[in-house]
Amino acid sequence: MTPNLVYVVVIGVLFAAGVSMVLERSLTRVLMGMILLGNGVNLLILLGGKAGSPPIVGSSPQEEMADPLPQIMILTAIVITLGMTAFLLALAYRSWALSGHDEVQDDVEDRRIMQLAERDEGSGIDDTEDAR
Amino acid sequence: MNFLVPLPVVMPLFGAALTLMMARKPRAQRAVSLTVLVATLAVSCAMLWLTTTGEPLVVAVGGWAAPLGIVLIADQLAALMLVVSSAVTVCVLVYSIGQGMADGHDETPLSVYHPTYLILTAGVTNAFLAGDLFNLYVGFEILLVASYVLLTLGGTENRIRAGSTYVVVSLLSSVIFLTAIGLIYGATGTLNMAQLAERLDALPDGLRLMLQGMLLLAFGIKAAVFPLSSWLPDSYPTAPAPVTAVFAGLLTKVGVYAIIRTETLLFPGGRAAIVLLIVGLLTMVVGILGAVAQSDIKRLLSFTLVSHIGYLLFGVGLTTQLGLSSAIFYVVHHITIQTTLFLAAGLIEKRGGSTALDKLGGLAKLSPLLAVLFLVPALNLAGIPPFSGFIGKLGLVQAGVADGGVLAWLLVAGGILTSLLTLYAVARVWNLAFWRTPRPSMPSVRLPALMVTPTLALVVLGVALTVVAGPLFEVGDQAAASLLSRAYYVEAVFSGGTP
Repeated sequence: MTPNLVYVVVIGVLFAAGVSMVLERSLTRVLMGMILLGNGVNLLILLGGKAGSPPIVGSSPQEEMADPLPQIMILTAIVITLGMTAFLLALAYRSWALSGHDEVQDDVEDRRIMQLAERDEGSGIDDTEDAR
Repeated sequence: MNFLVPLPVVMPLFGAALTLMMARKPRAQRAVSLTVLVATLAVSCAMLWLTTTGEPLVVAVGGWAAPLGIVLIADQLAALMLVVSSAVTVCVLVYSIGQGMADGHDETPLSVYHPTYLILTAGVTNAFLAGDLFNLYVGFEILLVASYVLLTLGGTENRIRAGSTYVVVSLLSSVIFLTAIGLIYGATGTLNMAQLAERLDALPDGLRLMLQGMLLLAFGIKAAVFPLSSWLPDSYPTAPAPVTAVFAGLLTKVGVYAIIRTETLLFPGGRAAIVLLIVGLLTMVVGILGAVAQSDIKRLLSFTLVSHIGYLLFGVGLTTQLGLSSAIFYVVHHITIQTTLFLAAGLIEKRGGSTALDKLGGLAKLSPLLAVLFLVPALNLAGIPPFSGFIGKLGLVQAGVADGGVLAWLLVAGGILTSLLTLYAVARVWNLAFWRTPRPSMPSVRLPALMVTPTLALVVLGVALTVVAGPLFEVGDQAAASLLSRAYYVEAVFSGGTP
């Protein structure tokens, strides 16, 4: 099996664009990035199988048939990506409805504890108060 | 008896469909979910008993023979994981039913909760039984999709915020896993694990290492291994208590299971063992240092969860039989104990009105039963003899000493340090929440019996692990021996040699 250069370049571009989108703060852009990444992976799986004529019994000699397995896997992956896209969209919409934006927020509690540590205040709880 | 193998996947899926149709009949929903999960537990126990001979149970789904069709395979490790995970899911289900009744159904909108919970179970069991990498991926996706829904249940602002991080990180790990699958298929032309075990050996070293690295990265995110773990303490604590409990018990362990499976079956004796050891050490120490700094019980427990994943990697990374069998024992112990602690945290939240340590106090006087329910698993987690945590850690330390390398000794030291710091962390919770005088802000409510009973059952199960530690370690030992020999797995799938 020899990889097709066009495929390789397209997969590379999809992955690169996908990764840079996923690194954004806005959930909608992350979603776009995930879709691009998903398509890149699907093409990559396709590249793993042999190319050829349609794999239908009797339509052509067996040696010339394409490998059907990657296509089946891509089908499954597409269905999963579809479901995930729908869920992420709903999540982004809900976030927008609740807080007016769809940016992924920092861990609030983590920030609080970091600030406590910077002021050197420990957990801020006095445990000597009544050790009866 | 091979017909038993698909049942733990099929039954919860059918149950999910049934409960979805019964959306308006909560009582029938509860009955169906409970029946299905108890039946799953019974089937898992039967499979564990059947696999004690060392012969795995194999089923080719749809009657298509092995390399073309998908196989489900239950060896001792898978059967053991199934038994523990289904026992935990039954207890958590009863607890969540109790909570739903006590809270007037606010926390857990029951019509979606039951089907999603059953689908989560099906995903977990499918991942344990998968004999095919793509099927493992599908299992992961099933359980992840269900976990997204459970984590954002109710759609409050806090849960949506935490859920976004969780969903994006999980999606990324799925993309990495799928990429690895595509590359493995391109390199070997198969995804059947038994066939891969032979074909991967023939690949060039560099390519093998790259494939192994990608799989480890994907599973590492799911198992919350140190540099990839920061999503966990952020997202888990916001979910309802039973959801957090079942996530803490099962989801990360599925990742660990996948690591054990791929490391022993697909890439034995690789250079990645050193990486696992280093990463395990960092996970233990960094995780527990995070736990010490927390002032909220659920977050503290999430950090101990991350930290103790390090022990499992320690056992797997040693690649010796003793290391592996200790890791298997530790998985069983950790699933039970971590779930129990999160359920106890849910009870604390119910009784004290919060899980923030500065808002709690005097719980030992107010509710002695709750104090016992927290203290026993807490001491168990820290590894106080004679609890199972101690036995598991002792096994790991012995395996580390037997290895004798510098890194192994470092891990032994790190493990003991982590154990001490765990004791410090849980003792701090005890001092602040259970001693001191009760806060005036704490409500005066009775704990519902349906929430207490399953927690008590899990506490008893955790203690019982000590009693049955001998036979359990033996099962772990046999499982480890067959994992290391590999041939049994290949032979079970292809009785006439691989095609």
